[in-house]
Formats: sequence, C-alpha cells, structure tokens
Amino acid sequence: MKSFDYVRPATVREAVAAAAEPGAAYLAAGTNLLDLMKAGVTRPNLLVDITHLRDLYHVEDLADGSVRIGALVRNADLAHDRKFARRFPAVAEALLSGASAQLRNAATVGGNLVQRTRCAYFYDVASACNKRSPGAGCDARGGDNRLHAILGWSQSCIATHPSDFCVPLVALDAVVEVDGRAGQREIPLERFHRLPGDAPDHENMLEPGEMIVAVRLPAEAARFAAHGRYLKVRERTSYAFAVVSAGAALRFEAGAIADARLALGGVAMKPWRAREAEQILIGAPAAASLFRRAAETALAEAKPSGDNAFKVELARRVVVRALTLAAAGTPERMPALPGSPFAAVFGVVNHG
Amino acid sequence: MPQSGEGLTAGTPEIFVAFRHIPPAGGCASSIALVEHCMGFSTTLTVNGVKRTLELDDPRVTLLDLLRERLELTGTKKGCDRGQCGACTVIVDGRRINSCLALAISHDGADVLTIEGVTQGDRLHPVQEAFIAHDGLQCGFCTPGQIMSAIGLIHEGHAGDDPERVREGMSGNLCRCGAYQGITEAVLEAQKALEAASRKEVA
Amino acid sequence: MVEIALTQTPAHVRHGSSIGQPLTRRDGVLKVTGAAKYAADHHPPGMLYAVLAVSSIARGRVAFLDVAAAKAHRGVVEVITPANRPVLAQDPDEKTNPFMFRLDLLQSDRVRYANQPIAIVIAQTLEAATEGAVLLSPRYDAEPARVGLDANESFVPAVVGPGFPTEARRGDVEAGLAASTKNIAEAYGTAAQYHNPMEPHAIVAAWDGDTLSIDTPSQGLAMAQGRLAGVFGISPDHIHIRSPFLGGGFGCKGFISGPQVLGAIAARAVGKPVKLVLRREQMYGPVGHRASTRQTLRLGVDGDGKLIALDHHTKTVSSTFDDFFEPASNISHTPYASTAIATSHEAVRADIGTPLFMRAPGEATGSIALESAIDEMAQACGMDPLAFRLKNYAEVEPISGKPFSSKALRECYRQGAERFGWERRPLAPRQMRDRDGLLVGWGVGTATFPALMFAAQAKATLRRDGSGVIEIGAHDMGQGAWTALAQIAADALGLDIDQLEFRSGTSDLPDAGIAGGSAHTATAGMAIHNAGADVVARLADIATNEERSPLFGAGNAGVIARGGRLFRRDDPSRGESYAEIIGRAGRAQIEGHGTSAADQATHSDYAMFAHGAVFAEVKVDPDLGQMRATRVVGAFAAGRIINPRMVRSQLCGGMIWGVSFALHEQAVMDPRSGRPMNANLAEYHVPVNADVPSLEAIVVEESDPYVNGLGIKGVGEIGITGTAGAVANAVWHATGIRVRKFPITLDQLIEPQ
Repeated sequence: MKSFDYVRPATVREAVAAAAEPGAAYLAAGTNLLDLMKAGVTRPNLLVDITHLRDLYHVEDLADGSVRIGALVRNADLAHDRKFARRFPAVAEALLSGASAQLRNAATVGGNLVQRTRCAYFYDVASACNKRSPGAGCDARGGDNRLHAILGWSQSCIATHPSDFCVPLVALDAVVEVDGRAGQREIPLERFHRLPGDAPDHENMLEPGEMIVAVRLPAEAARFAAHGRYLKVRERTSYAFAVVSAGAALRFEAGAIADARLALGGVAMKPWRAREAEQILIGAPAAASLFRRAAETALAEAKPSGDNAFKVELARRVVVRALTLAAAGTPERMPALPGSPFAAVFGVVNHG
Repeated sequence: MPQSGEGLTAGTPEIFVAFRHIPPAGGCASSIALVEHCMGFSTTLTVNGVKRTLELDDPRVTLLDLLRERLELTGTKKGCDRGQCGACTVIVDGRRINSCLALAISHDGADVLTIEGVTQGDRLHPVQEAFIAHDGLQCGFCTPGQIMSAIGLIHEGHAGDDPERVREGMSGNLCRCGAYQGITEAVLEAQKALEAASRKEVA
Repeated sequence: MVEIALTQTPAHVRHGSSIGQPLTRRDGVLKVTGAAKYAADHHPPGMLYAVLAVSSIARGRVAFLDVAAAKAHRGVVEVITPANRPVLAQDPDEKTNPFMFRLDLLQSDRVRYANQPIAIVIAQTLEAATEGAVLLSPRYDAEPARVGLDANESFVPAVVGPGFPTEARRGDVEAGLAASTKNIAEAYGTAAQYHNPMEPHAIVAAWDGDTLSIDTPSQGLAMAQGRLAGVFGISPDHIHIRSPFLGGGFGCKGFISGPQVLGAIAARAVGKPVKLVLRREQMYGPVGHRASTRQTLRLGVDGDGKLIALDHHTKTVSSTFDDFFEPASNISHTPYASTAIATSHEAVRADIGTPLFMRAPGEATGSIALESAIDEMAQACGMDPLAFRLKNYAEVEPISGKPFSSKALRECYRQGAERFGWERRPLAPRQMRDRDGLLVGWGVGTATFPALMFAAQAKATLRRDGSGVIEIGAHDMGQGAWTALAQIAADALGLDIDQLEFRSGTSDLPDAGIAGGSAHTATAGMAIHNAGADVVARLADIATNEERSPLFGAGNAGVIARGGRLFRRDDPSRGESYAEIIGRAGRAQIEGHGTSAADQATHSDYAMFAHGAVFAEVKVDPDLGQMRATRVVGAFAAGRIINPRMVRSQLCGGMIWGVSFALHEQAVMDPRSGRPMNANLAEYHVPVNADVPSLEAIVVEESDPYVNGLGIKGVGEIGITGTAGAVANAVWHATGIRVRKFPITLDQLIEPQ
C-alpha cells in the first residue's frame, strides 16, 4: 500500500480538524480500510486514528428511552451486550451473522456503516468502476453480477451495500450522529446511504471530514423485542456475505399486528426499507397470505441488473420467511447459527 | 507545531500526537507543507509477556508483518493478508483478531499473545494437547490461527459445550485440509479440561 | 571384505508393531506450537523481499512498466523485467518431457493469462516491495481474451492427464443404446477450481557461487531439483531444497512453479538471499488449477436394469501454450460393469494459466457427473440408487477385463449404508423433511481411485548404539508422512519407533518420488521397507557368520528382527542386540539401501484400485434454496492402513473437498477480460467449519497381496470421488430438482412462481 501520514487525535475536535485534509481517512479498527488500501482501491495520504477517543466506546441509555451506541463500540461487544441484545434482538442477530468472530471483535459500529461494497469490479482496480473513478464505466454490467442489486440501481452502478447490521437499524429508524467542521448534526440512517444515481462515488451523506460519533435507536425501537429477527441467505453456512437478507420486527396487540418494520439487505446500495409493505401488515393478524402480499409490495419495483433475476423471487421469499420468524417470536437464546435458515429455533420464544 | 510524544498513557496531558514518515527520495507527496525531521514511529507492544518498544520506519507495517518479519515470531501465518482466512489470528488485549488487518502503530500499548506465548514453559496448553489428540491438524499451516481462535472462543464463553456453536465460532478459520472434525472435537475437549481446571482452582 | 549381495530372502523376518498403530502426529507438537517452519518463515541474514507484479490482462503484451517509479520508492533495490532478466540456461518454454510444464519466467513481454508474472520488485522491506510492484503501473496492448469452453476451435488432444490415451472403448455403445430398454443422455458442467492451499507458494533462495539453497514447499523434491538445474544450467546436486513442511499442496506444489523459480532468479540478480511469497490473488493463474469441463453421459440399460452402454465424453480446456487436459471421462473405466463402454475427450485452448493436477484430477471431475448420471438412470428404472449400483457391480475391470487385485466395495456399500441408515430412504424425491420443515435428501456415490506406485529410494543405517536411521526425501503436506513413514521405517528396521531417527523433507536425501497420485506412502514406504530389509540382512549376515554370536550358523533357519535385537528363528531364546553385533564387528554403523517401483507384471495382470461408498445427507431450505451437507458417511477400503488416525483425517479431508466440489467452490472468470473475479478467499468459497457438521470415515479392512509388499493403497484423493456425487444426488433427493451444473448454487433451486 501507499505510505501515509498518521495522526492520533485525543479529541473528536482534533480528529475532525485533521481529517479536513483532502486524502485523509479515519482509521478505527481498519478491517475495511486496510483491506481497501491493500487492494489499492483507496490510497489515503493521512490516516486519522480515532481509536483513542474514549468517549465513543459506550452504549448508553438516554433519558428519552433511546439508546446511544458510540461509534467505536465493537460489533462483538454490542452483540453480546445482554441488555442491548434483549431489547434489539434483530440487531444483535444481524451483527452475529456477519463476518467472523475475529472481525467482529475488532470492527466498530461506525466502520460498519461506512463499509464499502464487495462488488468484485469495485475491488479490482483494473476494472472500470464509476464508484472508484466517476465516468470510467461499470464493468459489473455484463460481467459477474449474480449477486448484484435488484433495487435502486442505475446504469452507473449496480453494487450493493454489504452490511448486515445496518438492515435492522434502518428498519428500527436508527439515527446517525455525526460531527464535523460544521458542528454536530443527525442523519436518519435510512437516508444516510445514497443510491448510486449518476454519482455512485457519493455513497453516503457525510461531508468531507465528518465522522460518525454514535448511532441512536429511538425508544420506539425497543417495543419490538418480542418479535424481532434477522434472516440471511448465503452460499455457505457462515463467513459469507448475504445474497439477500431481511430484518423484520413486529408488535402485536390483541392478536393483530400493531406495528411492523421491514428492511432488506443485499438488494441495493443501501438497506431497503419497505414502508409500503409495513403498511399492508398493520392491523391484520399474522398469516402467510398477508406476508406474501407484503413481500410482493416490498419487491414491486425490483428489477434484475444482470444475471440476478432469481434474487427478486428470493427476496420475496426472504421477506415472507423473515416475517414468519418474527411473528413466531424472538427465541429465548441467540441461535447457534444466527440469521441462518438452518438456525432451527421454532418454538422457543422470548417472552421479554 | 505538534510534537511526537510517547503516546497516550493515563495521566499525561492530552496531546495531539503526530508522526511524520521519512519522505521518499522523490519528495513528499503530502499536501502538508512542513515536513519535520524524521522521528520514526515508536510503538510499544507487550508480546507474549515481554514489553517491546519498537522504532518502526514505516507506518504500513501490519501487526502480522511486524510479528513475522521484524520480531521473528513466525508462528503466526499469512494465508491471505485480507482478513479472509483467519490464519493470522492472534489475541490482542484479550480478543482474538486478524493481525493482517491491524496496523502495528495503531496498537501502541497493546498486549499481544501469539502461538509462541501459549505453551507454559514446556507444558502444552490444553488446547494444543487436544488438537494433537483429536488430530485437529494436517498440514499445520492454519493450526496456530485455529489454536489462538480456539483460546479466544473459549475465553469469550458464548459457545459452551454446543458443537454447533463451536463450529460457528470457529468458522473464521479456514482449513483447506479439512481437519474441521478434529478441530471441533479438540475445542470441546479443551474447554471441558479448562473448566474442570478452573473449578479445581476455585475449590 | 567380501561384497555382501543384497538379499531378499525371507529368512530374516522383521516383526513389527508400529504399522497399524494410530499414533498421533510426530510433527504435532511442532505444528501446534508454531515451531514448524514453513518456507516463508525463514530469514537468512541480509535477506531481501521480492514481490511479483502480475498481469491484469489475459492476452496481449506489456507495453510499459514504470520501473523508475518503482525504483524511486524508498527501500526498493531492484526491478527485474523481461528487459533485464538475467540470462537463463534454458528457454522456459522448452519442453523435453511431458512433466516439464512451461514456465513464465519473464522471457518476453507477452502475456498469456491473467495473473501471469510480469516483473519482480526486490526491496529491503516487504512493504516497499509490495508498493513497488503497484507503482510499476503496467500498461498493456491487450487483445481480446478467449474465455471458457467455447473459446476456440475444439480438438482431440494426443493424451489426457499425465499421459493417458484420449479414448478408450469396449463393445459398441451405439448399438447398446439402440438396443436399450431405457436410456438417458445428459450434459453436466463443472467449474474451474483453484487448489488454494492455506500456504501460498513461497521461496527463500540463497546463492553461493553456483550453489543454490532454497526453502520452498515441494511435493516433488527431486523433480524440482532437476528443473531448476536445467533452468540455471547447474548440476542438480548444487541445488539444495528444504521442504520439511508444506502448508498444503493438493497438486499445485508437485512441480516447481514459475513464481518459485522467479524467486531464485531474483536472488541471483541481487546477489543476496531473497524471499518471495505469492499474494493470495496471485495463486489464481501461475500455479495451476482444475480446468472446467462439460461432460456428456449416455447410459443404456436392459430390461433388468443392467448397463449395456456407458458413454462418457468430456470437453475441457487448456492454456494456449501448454497441455494439461483434465481426464474426467476416465473415471468411467472402473466403477460399473457395462457391456459396452466408451470414453473420450476433446479440448479447446483459452487464455488461462495451464491447468494442473488438482486432488483427484479427472477422477473427482468425472465422478460427480458419472454418479449423477448413474442416479438418473436408477431413477428411470425405478430402482434404489444403491441397488442399481450393486446390480452393476464390476467384478472385473470393465474395459480391460482384468481381475481386481482386491475389491471390498460391496463391504463398503454395506457398512456405509448401515451406519448411515440408508434402508429408510424413500425412493421418491422430496419426501423427507426435518422437524423444522427443511427438505432432507439422501444420496450415494461410489468412490474409486487407482492404487499407484512410483519409484523411490531410501537409505537405512543401523548404528553402534543400536539405534537406526532412515533417510528418504519424502514430503509431508499434511497427509502424515512424518508419522506413517516413520512407522514403516521402525518396522522395517525391527526397532521401536523411539529408537529410530527418520530424516526426510530435503532434496539432499534419496529421491522419494512425487507426493501425488495418493502414491506416496506406498512408494516411499516400500523403498523404506526394502532399505530396512537390506540393512537387517547385512546385519544378520555379520551375526550368523560370527562364531561369538548366539546367532552363529543360523543363516539357513533365518533370524527375526524385533525391538532392536536379532533372534534365531529356530530358538527365539537365543539372540542379541544390534549394538552387540555391530560393536563386536568393530563397526560404527551398517548401511543398507532400498528402492521401490511399480511391479510391471502385477500391474498388467491386475487392476489396482482403492474403493469406497459415500452416503450424504443434504438439507435444503424449501423456499430459500440454501443447502447444507449435514451428514456424510464414507466407508473406504484401501488395503493395509499404516496409521488409522492419519487415514481417517485424510478421508474426511477428501470428503470435505467432495462437499466443496458439489456445493461451493468455483472460479468465476469475467467473460470479457478473462480475469478471475473471485481471486480471494472471501468469494472463492471453500467450506468453513460450520458447513460440515457431521463426517464419518469408516475404514473397511482389506488385505491386498498384489498391490505392493506392504499392501498399501493410498487414501489422499479417494475421499472426493463418490462424495461429490453423493451430495449432488442428495440435493436431487431433497428437492426433486436435478441440477447438472456444479457447484450447485441456490439460484438453480429457486423456481420462479
């Protein structure tokens, strides 16, 4: 990799100031950044090491009932935080379905949000990629694109966002807290990631030099604890990215769905919140036919971007299954294979 | 202008720590105009119980390459260098991580345990013994990473005696020879042995 | 002193007790402590680092390399390109025998495949060398890449695999098909695969004048020595190769590769020791792979379900500049009787690296197609797939008519089926679900692999202190050579294993033949066995001719060697230790030699194969298509088992490769650029631990007096054959969907509503 300057700020203020340089990149665990640097995809001049910003390592309960997760909280620590996992089981399950234990031990919440796509043409610097070099073209179109986007894609870019964690977060209306030279601000996670349009290089709403300091789940998000699941379909049992995934959360009152949250992963350059599908679910009792209608709606705009027509049908089925699993109830214990179709936890329900 | 310091330790005033690399012969490509006289990168790591302060002349050195190429601790292996195989697994500040995706200078002050630090004198660790007993290895290249990962997994305490959880928990360590059966059995047995030993200590 | 003639007399028997013991790995402690040194673990003083730059195009030429930019990077010492590569003694494209593969050693700016080495950057640090290679920023004159099985005009190769005939036949398959009661014709496709040992190819090379010392993983030390000698124009005994441990081979370390030779070239160019380690993405191109295939199987049966026609045709692909044609059709020579059998191959050339032997080359690839076709035929006949296989059991080798030297396949079927619970299998597909609603399917496959034997030599020494030494340049890539061969050595010398020093893993020792073809234990083992026989005979000769020895005059009755002592066969109470014999003779040691080779006579009289039966359970999510091989049971008969623990591990490892073949691994090439787009371990899927929750290898007892003096057949590769087909068949049984393109991926199971 290219050499770089390295600074290790002691405060967020200093970090933001340092990262104002063009060619600066924030270094947290580095599990994505270092990989991209080794691939030659990203060649920063300056690494701003934020790992010593102690304030960003906490999970706190706020007065309004929301939960604030510091940007440097490790994926593993969050997933295994009993209190957090009980309240937000779909989020914990999503975290544990991702990557490997080693990567989860190092990777941070903030890093998870800004991780880059796994599209092979993005990673391959010899390929044409509009995300890496605007205007260069998109070699994924017409190439190996079985696993690429079926929603929200454009002629410029058909990549997907690979995060598991972000999917239930989007379903639960998480908010991203950001700090930068213009001060602090908040961005709903649902709007944080941008669809490619004709500027696929512009992946999220961060301004240059802004850093994520926290992700916040609103109080309302905890009301889905009894019926929250994450489902991830992939091509080996573990240590693989999603082909399609979904986070589904339901709240029941008097036998009918009082509130529903649904988002899909692996289908677009952002987690795909299915609000219209949620509306179909509200007020009705759980039923396979209801879930199928919701699935049809959720994927109504889906279009294959290459050799991936199967993903449209698969995504519908993933929605139905995720809703079915959510309706059955959160398991008492995290399954041995989190998020897996082979998790086998029917019948064991968390009454929390 | 910020000065390089010994790094952040408890009690020192918070200072902005900056390191400058030695500019390449062709001139510095950085947009920052002033370039200080080279200081190198001072990094202190406790490796297998031994505190070592290193003057690195290159910020790019990963923890893996530091161990293998500069500290002559070649037990940790490089299988992919991209965090995709687990062969480079070590334990840093009590957690198992892929050392190939850890920048050495970013881990200033860390405690690192590698495969070389696992034996107690000439006594094998229960995990090591179990790997031999259950033949959880063939070519042996992934073995140090498997063992460090197993030690980490047992310490994490989430898998218990459930083989499915152990398999899932060890799935970040590829084994192309296919010794998974023996690996899983070894982890389960070692865990039992360690539990029994700690119960004995408490008693 | 009278020259002692080598004796093969059975008069001097060595009773052993090491062979057959399930000893734990003798290199286990070294490996679990990280003390076992692999090639890249070495750091001779003054060592520099070399990193390869490789081509991103598949065809054309390198037009420009920014050598100045690379050299300007701090720490870069030298850049070697075709423009300044030192002269070699041999043209790397020269091929004087079929086992000499053409190497890319910077002989020109021409590019023949993606990831072909195009330059070497040498630097003081790994970081500098790595970035130096990037800074070369190659520019190319690219030509359109020819990719895939339809890349080009197809042709019939002269030979396939290591030199087999391209076609074979018995009887008339067309007539058989025409006369058949039922017949099927189906096409199956297998993907390109890469060996991906966990250890990337690496070399630490140091020159001392015209002497070259290298640490590098090798499955064929002597051949590597020879190849390097030719390239550099030096004598083979000026080349010293250390390879005590390989981090996996699977065939890709059988011949010295271009990158390894480039490391030696780099060391010569800079006059310092050099370490060159391939990056994982560089493992996809210059070090071999398993080529993709398209196979057509036509089967026909008579009214009783007996095969009367079996036609297996394979189309495969090699590089544009060298030959290796995956001999997939040849699997059909062995497992099933058929009145008429025909096998054939055709090939195309594409802009890819030359394929190479990859664990069960041909056998694995053909097996998944054959076992699928056999199942489809069984289904057409309404027969249980195991019953169909038994019905078509080959009592003699089908095409040649030769008897098998031994064949315990029926027992493998029986034991495996019983352990698996096969009898409860419903005939129809999509009948079984587990309590979570997952579809469950059960499949079977026949496993078979030839019992090969190459040529080797060994040296045996008995020392004055009564201990022994066996020296042989054998190779342990995880199959357990350090252990199993030492067991053979101990028995060969009539010693307990802790009285034995076993030296191996370097080219300075006698040639053990290539560790490939599952033949190493037999090949090296027999050489060791014979060396032991020789040295014991020499020792016995001394004793039986020595008046002061209790063995005096026992020459005709014979002596027995055991536990470091010789005993009279006619009176076992009379004997003495090796130490006493050697000491009295005033010698420091006694030496003996042994060789091994395939016995041509028995090989032409008998068909020699290991056999097995694999039963697999696969669970499939009925809606989502995700699959998991939840239970695999394989029963294998492979003659005499030297170490059951090592053998079980090999068989299980092979079965995992079979699961991988059916469900996971494939190289994905971009059809336009010819570049592998998943040249990494995240997207090129080898199974993870959670993929194979339950594996069992049953070793069926078998004794074969023909295959070699120790009765060993080898188990390294047979595990894949049978398993890949069993898993594929299980997927059909679970879903009712027959997928004929491997690996089976979930999209092939999702039918649009």
